Amino acid sequence: MADKDIARHRLGEPVVVVEGVEKAFGAFVVLRDVNLTVRRGETVCIIGPSGSGKSTLLRCINALVPISKGSITVAGRQVNDPGLDKLALRRDVGIVFQQYNLFPHKTALQNVMMAPIHVLKQKRAEVEERSVRLLAKVGLSHKHDAYPGELSGGQQQRVAIARSLAMNPKVMLFDEVTAALDPETKKEVLVTIRDLATEGMTCILVTHEMGFAREVADHVYFTDGGLIVEPPPPAEFFGAPREARTRAFLEQVL
Amino acid sequence: MRTAATDLPVLKPFRAPPIAPSGLAAPALLGAGLVAGVAIVFAASLAVAQATGPAMRDGAVTILLRWLPLIFQGFLFNLLISVLSMALGTAVGVLFGIGQVSPSAALRQPAWAATQFFRNAPWLVLLFYAMFLLPFEISLGPVAIAFPAWVKAIIGLALPVAANVSEIVRGGIRSIPSGQWESAEALAFSRRQTMWMIILPQAVKRMLPPWMNLYAILTMATTLISVVGIQDGLTVTRAALVAESRPELMLPMYLLLLLMFFAYCYPIARLTMALERRFHVKG
Ligand SMILES: Nc1ncnc2c1ncn2[C@@H]1O[C@H](COP(=O)(O)OP(=O)(O)OP(=O)(O)O)[C@@H](O)[C@H]1O
Ligand SMILES: [Mg+2]
Repeated sequence: MADKDIARHRLGEPVVVVEGVEKAFGAFVVLRDVNLTVRRGETVCIIGPSGSGKSTLLRCINALVPISKGSITVAGRQVNDPGLDKLALRRDVGIVFQQYNLFPHKTALQNVMMAPIHVLKQKRAEVEERSVRLLAKVGLSHKHDAYPGELSGGQQQRVAIARSLAMNPKVMLFDEVTAALDPETKKEVLVTIRDLATEGMTCILVTHEMGFAREVADHVYFTDGGLIVEPPPPAEFFGAPREARTRAFLEQVL
Repeated sequence: MRTAATDLPVLKPFRAPPIAPSGLAAPALLGAGLVAGVAIVFAASLAVAQATGPAMRDGAVTILLRWLPLIFQGFLFNLLISVLSMALGTAVGVLFGIGQVSPSAALRQPAWAATQFFRNAPWLVLLFYAMFLLPFEISLGPVAIAFPAWVKAIIGLALPVAANVSEIVRGGIRSIPSGQWESAEALAFSRRQTMWMIILPQAVKRMLPPWMNLYAILTMATTLISVVGIQDGLTVTRAALVAESRPELMLPMYLLLLLMFFAYCYPIARLTMALERRFHVKG
């Protein structure tokens, strides 16, 4: 019994559990029988062709989009429960979008501070101190007072990451956060995410950056036709994909 | 406007200067010409009146100067009415505009219906309804609140203003990209917080020019209240003409009132255009 507990702890308890999830928009099925388990401290990458439902899956995980079938559990909270406290769920789940979506009328620091102050009702002084630290962590100490319009895409994306982290989430979702960036700025953002992953943040990462996925991921999943087909360790995934479809996709992108 | 600044070697989009002469020079010249034109017409009509008036009696200029303070007072009353009905109309209109984008159909549909109804009704008809349907006092238990005619006029004018503000607010809210809603939602902001702290502050910028435009239109429309017997600038001017019974004064006298409205509304229109240009560039 005790041994088992220790082993469980070393593995980390599951933070996100997706079981048999189906999602359809009208008659159009985007996700079919999706299964995915992410344990505490793990980094999971999801790759797959455009339109295969990667963004939809992330949006389902923090209840921005309701699922049609199956179940999703995040930090012990049943996401598909009709009585779900959505706000409580979203405090535990940070999400960063491809288009940054910073609040353009607020400075970088205000962007980071807003949610903890107004949603978590934390004290301004505390929040400010933490936000300053978070901006330093993403390498933007010198940009506190810059408005989003004054920042490059990569800088905006790092502010967006800091903004999500300010809520102290249990899991971070990244939806192609580098897709809109040029190679130079891409790197700053990827480094930020890698640091997060190595510090033990639980991350689910949708990305087209194969090299990056191979480097940071504990598991790589492949979506196509609404099905996650490959959950092996990443080296195996990239080296010798079991599924023909994965092989075909990787041959195209690598 | 803030320009994007970065210390990273990224390419900035090139923005070509506008081809049309939308700089300050052209509109400023046009504006000055317009003002001069109106002044010349006014002076000419006054000169004609002065020359053609009966020799025995006061000259046109003397009469005009005699009535000027009263007409100006009346005009100030128009402004007071315009400010108060704009304030009332805006307060109500903002609530209806927000109602129009509510996820709840029970809120959205009545807000939409009321907006459409009052936006497409003639202002004078609404004013008549307000004048004749509202009681002249409301008794709340022992206290009786009097409803003098000018208060009813304010309410009557505020109705179409509210409907137009409602549309302006709805359009402004809709113009904010859905990503703003989504990221606020993902950060666990409630819908109300999102609206008041994130969406509306951004939308205000886009709502300001049409709102100012509406105000200028309302200010000119306040002369409608003279039809329902309130002593505004137009009523005073008409009374002056009746009292003097000098037909040749009609043109300069009304022009005097027009000039007052013009002097007030034209700068607002110019400011509106300037704001529109600025926000347009900002995108
Ligand atoms: N709200 C919606 N209503 C209807 N269809 C939708 C909606 N959202 C997404 N879809 C459809 O679901 C499918 C999957 O979309 P999704 O954005 O999840 O794909 P993706 O894998 O993230 O693609 P990409 O790599 O291009 O971002 C697409 O065909 C899309 O058109
Ligand atoms: Mg996507």
